[in-house]
Amino acid sequence: MTDAATASGGFPWLTLIVFLPLAGATGLMLVQDTMARWVALGVSLLVFLASLPLWLLFDTSTAAMQFVETHQWVASPSIRYAVGVDGISLPLVLLTTILTPLCIAVSWASIRTRVKEFMISLLVMETATVGVFVALDGVLFYVFWETMLIPMYLLIGIWGGPNRVYAAIKFFLYTLAGSVLLLVALIVLYVYAGEQSFDLRTLSQATYPPWLQAWLFWAFFAAFAVKVPMFPFHTWLPDAHVEAPTAGSVILASVLLKLGAYGFLRFSLPMLPDAAQQFAAWVMILSVVAIVYGACMALAQSDLKKLIAYSSVSHMGFVTLGIFVLNARGIEGAILQMVNHGITTGALFLCVGILYERTHSRAIVDNSGLARPMPLYATFLVIFALSSVGLPGMNGFVGEFLVLLGAFAEHKLAATGAALGVILAAAYILWMLQRVVYGEPAPHMASKLRDLHWCETGMLAPLAFLVFWIGLYPNPMLTVMHASVDRLVHREASVVSVGDGPVSSLPASPTTQSALIADAGEAGRP
Amino acid sequence: MTFPLADLVTILPELIVVVAACLVLALEPITPPRRKDGLAWMSVAALTACFIVTASGMGDRVGAFGNLVVVDAYASFWKLLLYVVSGLTILLSIGYLKEERIDLAEFYGFLLLSLAGMMVMVSGADLLVIYLGTELMSIPLYILAGFKRFEARSIESSAKYFILGAFSSGLLLYGVSLIFGAAGSTRLADIAAAVAGRGLNDPLVLMAMMLLIVGFGFKVAAVPFHMWTPDVYQGAPTSVTAFMAVASKAASFGALLRVMLEGFGGVRSNWTGLILGLCLLTLMLGNLVAIVQTNVKRMLAYSSIAHAGYALIGLVVAGWVGTNAGTVSQGTSSMMLYLAVYALMTVGAFAVIAILRRGGVEGDDLDDLTGLARQHKGVALLMLLFMVSLAGIPPTAGFIGKLYLFMGAVNAGLTWLAVVGLLFAAVSAFYYLRVVMVMYMREPSPEQARATRLALSPTAVIVLAFAAAGVVIVGVYPGPLVAFTSSAALP
Repeated sequence: MTDAATASGGFPWLTLIVFLPLAGATGLMLVQDTMARWVALGVSLLVFLASLPLWLLFDTSTAAMQFVETHQWVASPSIRYAVGVDGISLPLVLLTTILTPLCIAVSWASIRTRVKEFMISLLVMETATVGVFVALDGVLFYVFWETMLIPMYLLIGIWGGPNRVYAAIKFFLYTLAGSVLLLVALIVLYVYAGEQSFDLRTLSQATYPPWLQAWLFWAFFAAFAVKVPMFPFHTWLPDAHVEAPTAGSVILASVLLKLGAYGFLRFSLPMLPDAAQQFAAWVMILSVVAIVYGACMALAQSDLKKLIAYSSVSHMGFVTLGIFVLNARGIEGAILQMVNHGITTGALFLCVGILYERTHSRAIVDNSGLARPMPLYATFLVIFALSSVGLPGMNGFVGEFLVLLGAFAEHKLAATGAALGVILAAAYILWMLQRVVYGEPAPHMASKLRDLHWCETGMLAPLAFLVFWIGLYPNPMLTVMHASVDRLVHREASVVSVGDGPVSSLPASPTTQSALIADAGEAGRP
Repeated sequence: MTFPLADLVTILPELIVVVAACLVLALEPITPPRRKDGLAWMSVAALTACFIVTASGMGDRVGAFGNLVVVDAYASFWKLLLYVVSGLTILLSIGYLKEERIDLAEFYGFLLLSLAGMMVMVSGADLLVIYLGTELMSIPLYILAGFKRFEARSIESSAKYFILGAFSSGLLLYGVSLIFGAAGSTRLADIAAAVAGRGLNDPLVLMAMMLLIVGFGFKVAAVPFHMWTPDVYQGAPTSVTAFMAVASKAASFGALLRVMLEGFGGVRSNWTGLILGLCLLTLMLGNLVAIVQTNVKRMLAYSSIAHAGYALIGLVVAGWVGTNAGTVSQGTSSMMLYLAVYALMTVGAFAVIAILRRGGVEGDDLDDLTGLARQHKGVALLMLLFMVSLAGIPPTAGFIGKLYLFMGAVNAGLTWLAVVGLLFAAVSAFYYLRVVMVMYMREPSPEQARATRLALSPTAVIVLAFAAAGVVIVGVYPGPLVAFTSSAALP
């Protein structure tokens, strides 16, 4: 039963994007091992092409969900297959579809055993992650959210490093334990909203009593904070990253970590605005701790992957900080930071993977002095590393700057703490670059240091393009988000004005705000 | 005592099963060995006939033999489930019994007799009839548990099962006799009337109710009445274990639910606390002890205890005097759905264990699964599916079962129970995933790599395919099954 027509010509783009990888995975079961790589790459590129119309046809003037498809799934209690995108989820969907082909490409030579199963896991992973971003029904969201654990568990556990089994089960249990509370919270929302619907839009419109919001907030927090991961729930991340194969690390860092932050934006803020206001300070404190702690830990690492893993903790701290300052600049900065982190950290993991294929070591001491034998590689590494630092002109800058702007408006101390993280980021990244890129190559490695193959250049170049594009001209990205973020912020603001007394810091009106953001973009130009 | 002939039509499925069982037992000695499979197929045919009769006759409540037996949608649901499970067990056994060298056709006869007992249990509207059903179910099961008669472990399993089963039957019968003293009748309707009049002030009613709960607690393997389960499940032939873990548990839950709601519905606020305690203990012990098992059958035994705990949530919800309407039918239907789902995935998991029985390898040790994903990708993938479903992770049937259970719990105001249940589900993921880990992530030793042949008979393939398809279809498209269970739930 279809009860709503689809927008934009009615073609079910989202269903196509979600289930094409799954169909590809099913098809892969039938082909030969040797063909698996090509089929998987072909499927993932098709998915990427299918996701382009979303970007091109997206209407930036409305906060409503677009490309909506709704079908009855279970009649009673009403569970629906409902998908759609808005300005918050669209960038993340595109991020996923861009990165999956790259993950397949980077695994071309490095995965030699059970290639078929590997590719199936990657494609199932793509279905699940895109599914989470586009799901508009709570149960559907949860189904995709949990489904993703299995392929990721296999990716880490089968093709990972020496300690892979431990890392895989740790990853699985941490995230599962967090997300069981998500399911209970969803059911509670369903019962208390009394609308007989799991639709996220319906659940967002209902109001819940403050005591219930408080409980639900922490239940959602448990699920999303583990996934982000926020300090102190981050301990699974370094293990998982270090043991996972390159493609696994990329997916984990670029896509999986975004799901937690996306959950905050989709559930905690719109559904529980009172609780979000009430507890924002706590989350901000944890975010700042994560920013500083992650950066300090990154300083101490001698393993490249672990260094990037801890830098992820730090960077994701900016995301949660931006979300919970609860103003438009902060949230837009957070979403942009999510995309940036996906691009930059994904690229850094690709770089480490490429290096590991040559030297079979991720230790910084083994991989030094790359500038001379591998000039092209060193160039890319420097680009992505500087983007991670947040150098103006690159993507990292815009996101972090917006988050800091937003934070200064709300809470100066938090912003100061976060700014300290930027300085520390410069320290660990530049120190890493100094050791890896400059100096003399380690003698026993010198013969192994070949520069990039054209395929590898092909993988890194699009990401480098995105780094500069978003860095120099972030407006297309930000325009996509404006309407959706505005609605989110106004829901928060309306709660404040209903509450006690005058509002101290209303979010900037749309016009001044876009002016500010345009400024931020301008400031990004060298 | 006389009864109208029409009553025989009401119990036609039971008659078919009993006649088929007797035929199998009678024909067994005169059937040449290579024809013995025919008796198995005959049993399957009888089950198919029963399925058609029950499915076509589903509808209003019909009583027979002076309302000692009722056939309603609720009973029919359990019967249909039991036919399916019995049929799958028979199909699985055809190959498995040969592998174990115990391919005697009596097996199918006993299995059908046990099934007849289960059918009586879920249709009984009188405690004595239900008791009769439990005995008819249990006695053939004692024999089946010891069917590997050359193995000490199987004999031990049978003896343990017999002693503890007889003990629990005694408790059950004691409870029946006490309630007879209190109510003057063993019919559920009369008990309900008597209980409504006197309440629990009467120590006889209280004692009787507790003894009944203990008796059924043994049958469904709820903690602290679960002690027999691991040894019996491990020692019994694998297909029998599957049958015990699924069919006898489902039938016992079916009878328990009817007794508690139709007989003791008036004092439900008194027994829900008791059931809730059992439920929490069962969830905790089942899940925690399963973690340390190294034998897959034993692990699945503890997991079946844990799943009994989940099913008990449904009973608690059905009995809970909650704030929202409709909790009774929501509780019963979610329990029915859960047990149906549990049946699919558990039969599937045991079927995989059964086909691992090959040559000298027992196949039920965790180590025997090492490297299965390399040698037999399909089988490993199916086991992965069943384990994921048992852990309740979407998009499998196990998730749907848990979703509805917990929706019922939250709706009844028992949100904390849903949280506890789900946290234990996360614990359970640890031991289910260990099976996946062993299959996919551990390298087989040279001798394990040699034992590559599987006892994969064509009928076992049917069982695996059916279970896997069920787990996936119910997981992805649960609508029809959900609608069916809610229409068949006790009001």
